Amino acid sequence: MSTGAIFKSETPRAITVAILAMGGEGGGVLADWIVDLAEHSGYLAQTTSVPGVAQRTGSTIYYIEIFPEASARAAEKEPVFALMPVPGEVDVVIASELMEAGRAVQRGLVTPDRTTLIASTHRVYSMTEKTAIADGQVDSEKLLDDCSGSAKKFVQGDFSAMASDARSVISSVLFGALAATHALPFAREQFEEAVRRSGVGVDSSLIAFNAGFGEAAQPSAVKVKNTEQAKKKLGIRLRELERRIEASFPVAAHNILKLGIERLCDYQDERYAVEYLNRLEPVRDAEARYGNGDGLLLPEVARYLALWMSYEDAIRVADLKTRHSRFERVRKESRLSAKQVLRINEFLYPRVEEIADIMPARLGAWVLKTGWASRTISRFAGNGRILETTSVRGFLQLYMIAALRPWRRKTLRFLKEHKKIGEWLEQLILLVPENYSLAIEVATLPRVLKGYGDTYIRGHRNFDAMMGKIPSLLAHNDGAYRLKQLREAALADESGETLAATLRQVNR
Amino acid sequence: MAERAFKNEVQKLLVKQGEEFRGEGILAVTKALLQSGVSYVAGYQGAPISHLMDVLSDANEILEQLGVHFEHSASEATAAATLAASVNYPLRGAVTFKSTVGTNVASDALANLASGGVTGGALIIVGEDYGDGSSIMQERSHAFAMKSQMWLLDPRPNLPSIVNAVECGFELSEATHTPVMLELRIRACHVHGRFIAKNNVRPKFGLKDAMENPLRDVSRIVLPPSSFLHEKEKVEKRWPAAQKFIQEHALNECFADGSQDFGIILQGGMYNSTIRALELLGLADIFGESKVPLLVLNVTYPLVDEEIKRFCASKRSVLMVEEGQPDFLEQNLQTILRRADQTTKVHGKDVLPMAGEYTTATILRGLLQFVERYAPQLIHHDRLPAAARPAPQPPSGQSMKAEVHPRPPSFCTGCPERPIFTALKLVERELGSHHVSCDIGCHLFSILPPFNLGATTMGYGLGWAGAAAFNTHDRSKRTISIMGDGGFWHNGLTSGVGNAVFNRNDSVLVVIDNSYTAATGGQDILSSAATNPIRTTKLSIADAVRGVGVKWVRTVTDTFRLATMVDVLKEALTTDERGPKVIVAQSECMLNKQRRVKPLQQKRERDGKRVVSEKFGVDAETCTGDHSCIRLSGCPSLTIKPNPDPLRIDPVATVLESCVGCGLCGEVSHAARLCPSFYRSEVISNPSAWDKFKSHLGRTVIEFLQRRIDRRLAEIAA
Repeated sequence: MSTGAIFKSETPRAITVAILAMGGEGGGVLADWIVDLAEHSGYLAQTTSVPGVAQRTGSTIYYIEIFPEASARAAEKEPVFALMPVPGEVDVVIASELMEAGRAVQRGLVTPDRTTLIASTHRVYSMTEKTAIADGQVDSEKLLDDCSGSAKKFVQGDFSAMASDARSVISSVLFGALAATHALPFAREQFEEAVRRSGVGVDSSLIAFNAGFGEAAQPSAVKVKNTEQAKKKLGIRLRELERRIEASFPVAAHNILKLGIERLCDYQDERYAVEYLNRLEPVRDAEARYGNGDGLLLPEVARYLALWMSYEDAIRVADLKTRHSRFERVRKESRLSAKQVLRINEFLYPRVEEIADIMPARLGAWVLKTGWASRTISRFAGNGRILETTSVRGFLQLYMIAALRPWRRKTLRFLKEHKKIGEWLEQLILLVPENYSLAIEVATLPRVLKGYGDTYIRGHRNFDAMMGKIPSLLAHNDGAYRLKQLREAALADESGETLAATLRQVNR
Repeated sequence: MAERAFKNEVQKLLVKQGEEFRGEGILAVTKALLQSGVSYVAGYQGAPISHLMDVLSDANEILEQLGVHFEHSASEATAAATLAASVNYPLRGAVTFKSTVGTNVASDALANLASGGVTGGALIIVGEDYGDGSSIMQERSHAFAMKSQMWLLDPRPNLPSIVNAVECGFELSEATHTPVMLELRIRACHVHGRFIAKNNVRPKFGLKDAMENPLRDVSRIVLPPSSFLHEKEKVEKRWPAAQKFIQEHALNECFADGSQDFGIILQGGMYNSTIRALELLGLADIFGESKVPLLVLNVTYPLVDEEIKRFCASKRSVLMVEEGQPDFLEQNLQTILRRADQTTKVHGKDVLPMAGEYTTATILRGLLQFVERYAPQLIHHDRLPAAARPAPQPPSGQSMKAEVHPRPPSFCTGCPERPIFTALKLVERELGSHHVSCDIGCHLFSILPPFNLGATTMGYGLGWAGAAAFNTHDRSKRTISIMGDGGFWHNGLTSGVGNAVFNRNDSVLVVIDNSYTAATGGQDILSSAATNPIRTTKLSIADAVRGVGVKWVRTVTDTFRLATMVDVLKEALTTDERGPKVIVAQSECMLNKQRRVKPLQQKRERDGKRVVSEKFGVDAETCTGDHSCIRLSGCPSLTIKPNPDPLRIDPVATVLESCVGCGLCGEVSHAARLCPSFYRSEVISNPSAWDKFKSHLGRTVIEFLQRRIDRRLAEIAA
């Protein structure tokens, strides 16, 4: 019977590679390339996976083991390959996306003694992140920290963008990055030969391969997170207002105020930008007098006031959709060549409400009140329409709506929105001396005002409900915290159930 | 046509004696069938054996030359019943399906087959969908082998062992007049490896010979008194014959016996993971040279008492590595040893988990406990592998749960099933929520976010049957059932539609007709729109439904027409007409459509023909970041991105380049009256003269007006 060390510590072992990808991303192609590469380079190779229905966009793992054929021949034995990765025993982990890299770390597949982690840092958002009403994104910085802290070597880059630039697939770029890490005992040429042997889209694959190789061999300078925002610059027309901001508002608010006046001048005119600053002066004064010195209130109010004052009515939408810069952007996104022709089709659904919104206030109100008038307009605007903005006819329709801008101040919607804006600001200013932290929360409340149609109505309903709670919140020491909870509840679901439940609890 | 073409793989089936075959495990099985002189193969697709079916389908010419008949069976029951050809004739036949779901469906035929027994070798290849990535309930095929007494092979997961199992399986079947099940786990099916091939064999006795010289033997038919005799024959004749064959042909393998006074008994399928676990503990090397005795059961049913007794005789204890529950093998082991009064201690589910997949790490931890108990000196605690230690914390010290979300499969980009569920969501906004009975297929993804629709699923084709109880006059709402075209032809036409007609059910069935059994890899069925050279297709589901007596039938020929879809659903749910209602919702599976259409489009473009390619986009400036559109779609190509507007915080919706322009985004923004941010871009390659003229005219006028806009905006921004 044997005791003690049975084998020398340096027994030959397989080189192990795990690929974490989502179905349809070409993880299988990458695995096949690695096997082909190994088999043509004097190695025995095995790959396996659990595709099945997980292929349909779910996360999935491909696993490869390779072993030198010469060692097997010397031993006159076949290696026994494992069929799945073992935590702590993986030499190379390739993740096609950042959250999948995080999954590899979470599963213990990435270890500092052994693992080269190659991860694309782009995000393919999970359903939870995508369906959130506000912002459901996870913390990418934490994912990156955990990746770099767990791996022996961490190779990162936006390999997805490189694939897109090369008009190829991410597997080619990742294969290039793998070649550059020297984690596998093969030369670059051997990798490239494997791509050539596959025979599909070879040219673009090699361009992508080269990009991945370059990035992994010589990573582009690590982007330092820009905590200090660059100083906002404005055009000549707004110079005077810019000077006013710099002279009479605290520095912490300068950038956002400049963004605000730029937005409102773009939205309406200079006069509108002046009104914006005028409305903010009492806020500034109240904060200076009663604030706690953190200077948080004014920028928040400035942000949401600018957004609220530039509410999205049909005039604004038509204005934005007809701009040259927008056409250029769509052209670029479509990768339009000189020989191709582009058509842009808008999906519009103007309801009576939206049409009444841009009518003179009294007319608009009358239309909404008067059944037959509403019905007549409905019949005209009626169903959803597809409008080709690249055609003269379609463009002119939107252009004419955008041309109503000078009359916007007389429209029904303008009066409605500004009435509410006034009420919100008034409430806020009253709160500052009484409960500064609650005032800050009230400043961010307009975040729930979003969208069009039913979404818009829901947002305003929630906003009103929360504003209505302010008197009772004042009675609590933690009123600000309670209002924050309410705001989060309003953004938790579409049905309003969470908000209703939280509203019931908030007074307890 | 299946979603993967196997032209190259088919050539591998022609590899000759002595040459090396390289490829996937399931392809090796296909080759092994031909090497074994099989006369017929049938089956029903489903991971992990879909590729077997697809390769055979693409290899039909080769099969015909060899005199092999190949069928896409209507269901696993059909496949199993096909083996009846081996009852009276010396014909070798094989069937294949996904297990345990397919075996459930097949078990009626399998039980009849196993009772009477077979003359020709009958092999049932079950692809075991268990553990990581599995899409079905977690059960064991082992129970089916036991209850009907079919021998169960579980070979080591390497190609030579798998091929050997196929060949020996036929011989074992013939020697014992018993059908043999060959169990292949999902990773073994997809494992890439190699083996030295033999020539394909044309069966000596063919299907033609049988049909022209029919035989019958009433004693093989399950009817008293034969059925009672079958049971006796099973235990008195076939069982001992199997044990004898297994021993004589050394189907089970013993390694390193005598090296320790304890040992490991394992299922063949667990071999590679067990060896790797031993290697990591320093108890084996990469070549499988173990320092612990191993008895590898390539046949897990029946056990051979003599082999077990012999292996255990010199040992204080053995560890049974048996994946899944109940612990049939461990119990069997105990019985054999106790009956023989052998005192060897049996470990198994005490150190290994009772349930769940046996990953290498799981086995490693069980092995460690076991070896520490009987030979602690073999374990080097300072050199334990990471998998034996508690899982490390991520460097940040916090759990990564918040950052790493589960990512289950979902509808593909442009999937035509998505708008059906979007429509259902919109209908529910108006009519309230309904009881939704689901089926098996891609459409089951409806139970996940963002749709969250569906209460139960009772099996393939059983969507409508799953709502059968909700058949009462005293109600204000109807139930909605979902069924795919695959499930419909599998059994849903009778179990669901026929049942609803007969029982006068007043509920709604949506049949999703996407021209393929999409979830299993895009195989053709009766209602497929494509012409298939060896199968009959293009039959109408609506006609079939009318044929069994449904009066209210509506066909939506384009599921992407959301408004139509909504209207039809609303009508079905609210009409005064009583009786079963069937909506056939048609649109081709996008995955398969893209595979079909993309190369054609590219060719047209190269040939200088006019090609329009459509994609959707979102204007970030008008998007307010509410994401309603995503909650009504869930398309992988419709996602979010950081808001380019420095004033706004919440991310905006965006459409990725992978968009196929299915049109749902536009339909949703219309039907749900969402927002004006969506646009559809049409890029016209090789535009016609008219296109160019219109575009030129448009640009002249538009750019003139845009310069006016730009003048207004001049000098606002720096």
